[in-house]
Amino acid sequence: MSDVRAVTAARLARLSRWRPAEIVFWIVVAAAYFVFPDRHNLLNEIAITGLFALSLDLILGYAGILSLGHTAFFGSGAYLAGIVTKYGVTDPILGLLLAAVAAGLLGFATSFLVLRGADLTRLMVTLGVGMVMYELANRFSGLTGGADGLQGMDVGPLLGRFDFDLGGDVAALYSLAALFLVFLPIRRMIHSPFGWSLRAVKGNALRTAAIGIPVNARLIAIYTVAAGVAGIAGALLAQTTQFVSLDVLAFHRSADILLVLVIGGTGYLYGGLIGAAVFKLMQDVLANITPQYWEFWIGLVLVALVLVGRERVTGFPALIASRFRGRRAGKERLAEGAVQ
Amino acid sequence: MLTLLLDGVAYGMLLFVLACGLAVTLGLMNLVNLAHGAFAMVGGYVTVALVNRMGVPFFAGLVLAFIATALLGALLERTLYVHIYAKSHLDQVLFSIGLVFMAMAAVDYTQGSQQQFVELPAMLRTRFEMFGVSIGAYRLLIIVVCGVIAIGLQYVLTRTRFGSRLRAAVDDPRVARGLGINVGVVFAVAFAAGSGLAGLGGALGAEILGLDPGFPIKFMIYFLIVVTVGGTASITGPFLASLLLGIADVAGKYYVPALGAFVIYTVMIVVLIWRPQGLFGRAATR
Repeated sequence: MSDVRAVTAARLARLSRWRPAEIVFWIVVAAAYFVFPDRHNLLNEIAITGLFALSLDLILGYAGILSLGHTAFFGSGAYLAGIVTKYGVTDPILGLLLAAVAAGLLGFATSFLVLRGADLTRLMVTLGVGMVMYELANRFSGLTGGADGLQGMDVGPLLGRFDFDLGGDVAALYSLAALFLVFLPIRRMIHSPFGWSLRAVKGNALRTAAIGIPVNARLIAIYTVAAGVAGIAGALLAQTTQFVSLDVLAFHRSADILLVLVIGGTGYLYGGLIGAAVFKLMQDVLANITPQYWEFWIGLVLVALVLVGRERVTGFPALIASRFRGRRAGKERLAEGAVQ
Repeated sequence: MLTLLLDGVAYGMLLFVLACGLAVTLGLMNLVNLAHGAFAMVGGYVTVALVNRMGVPFFAGLVLAFIATALLGALLERTLYVHIYAKSHLDQVLFSIGLVFMAMAAVDYTQGSQQQFVELPAMLRTRFEMFGVSIGAYRLLIIVVCGVIAIGLQYVLTRTRFGSRLRAAVDDPRVARGLGINVGVVFAVAFAAGSGLAGLGGALGAEILGLDPGFPIKFMIYFLIVVTVGGTASITGPFLASLLLGIADVAGKYYVPALGAFVIYTVMIVVLIWRPQGLFGRAATR
């Protein structure tokens, strides 16, 4: 029995080891900051979008909850960060933590709503929650600024030292650092038994319950975590742009973030980050060509992606990686056999 | 008070005609089609173009809007939608949102982003007194037309051969095929009719709901509410749901304008949590 446990633990540990490709990925991210010093604002947006997409992936890609209202948490994080800054809490990191807690609490409260029902009910309920948040932000214009947006937020210097500048040098560094620091515990969580149980829930909730995993508790936990992470992303946007508008709660943002995640691929940690980079670069290029109608091309990409087959497009790198891994795993197995 | 009620009924009837196509595709065929509002928008713009620019009579414009969107629906069903029936809900959501984005940008590009109005014939712009209640002729027309459509739909679905074929094809496509029902054609016709009705609703509603490129997203949630709250067991469920929604929305906006659409969303969430199958639905058989 303890033998089985040890073998399982060893296997889990092996799966959670940092792969060379991952290390290269983060080196590339860090290098991007120095190679493109005049594109720091874009880099900042990519980091924020990536973090937001990552949080959606936690519930969609890992736990299998289809959500059309994930902006509710992004937006509430943004508004909270904006409002506390306006009323005196100017330290960005403290604001970030407060936003994470607030969005997490909102996620916890609404998580009970997504436990019931199939895809369609969840879709409607999450959409409804998103709409309610939008309406709330619109109504309480004394606090949020309503349709004019929240103005007059003056973010203090980062760590009490570095002021946010127009070129976005500090902002990009701040967002990238936040992205990495949030990514680390998420990665740890996904490779833990907890993370594996989430994938089991997505695969078959009934059977997962039958082997003794509390399905609802798992869903509540991951929904809360994902909401908190989305709140951090929202707060980053609010702090680095020093402005919050109703747009952070708009429906099209929920749809956009789904697209971001789908471009990068669901169910693996880097999908959202890669998708964010592709999406933002695409938006940048398309918006330069047709500033007003770039949504058309986004729509076209979505339609084409589904018709061609998502797994065929986004699964391509994974396929190569698994081939590569397969060969190496085969060798390892051979080596193990030789030892025995 | 009664005027308000009649306005609500007209609004609800309109929602029903707009959403009943979705009740068939989403409810019966289990296809999450968020692009349903795009068909309604197309119907509205077709009418505007025909009536305002080419001088086609208003009623002919309505009929042509129905035909045009039904043809468009049939075309898209045969070329695009047919590939996504079997895909996951996530894929269907992505696909239909993509269509919505494309439709909105295309309309914005060709027609401009300002709100459009249909020029109504003079006879529809009058108001009458009826049993001591004042009602606009246009709203009366909407109630009559939509009522006729609702009854007609109920008849087609429950009493005709096509209706029973459609229900059979939905319940179990494989067995239906085995019995010699051409499931593909049945689905295509149902989809086209649903799109056509959405187009007709969009044409009729341009005056009341407002027609601009944001239409599909603005009303998407209303259509979805009608279908999910009404359930899909029969046509009566969505019909009652849209009447309720219409009256509640009009009354809510009149009596408690501060709360706005807030009430509607909250009620929807509560209903869905309380009865995921819809208020008038039956438990799912699958």
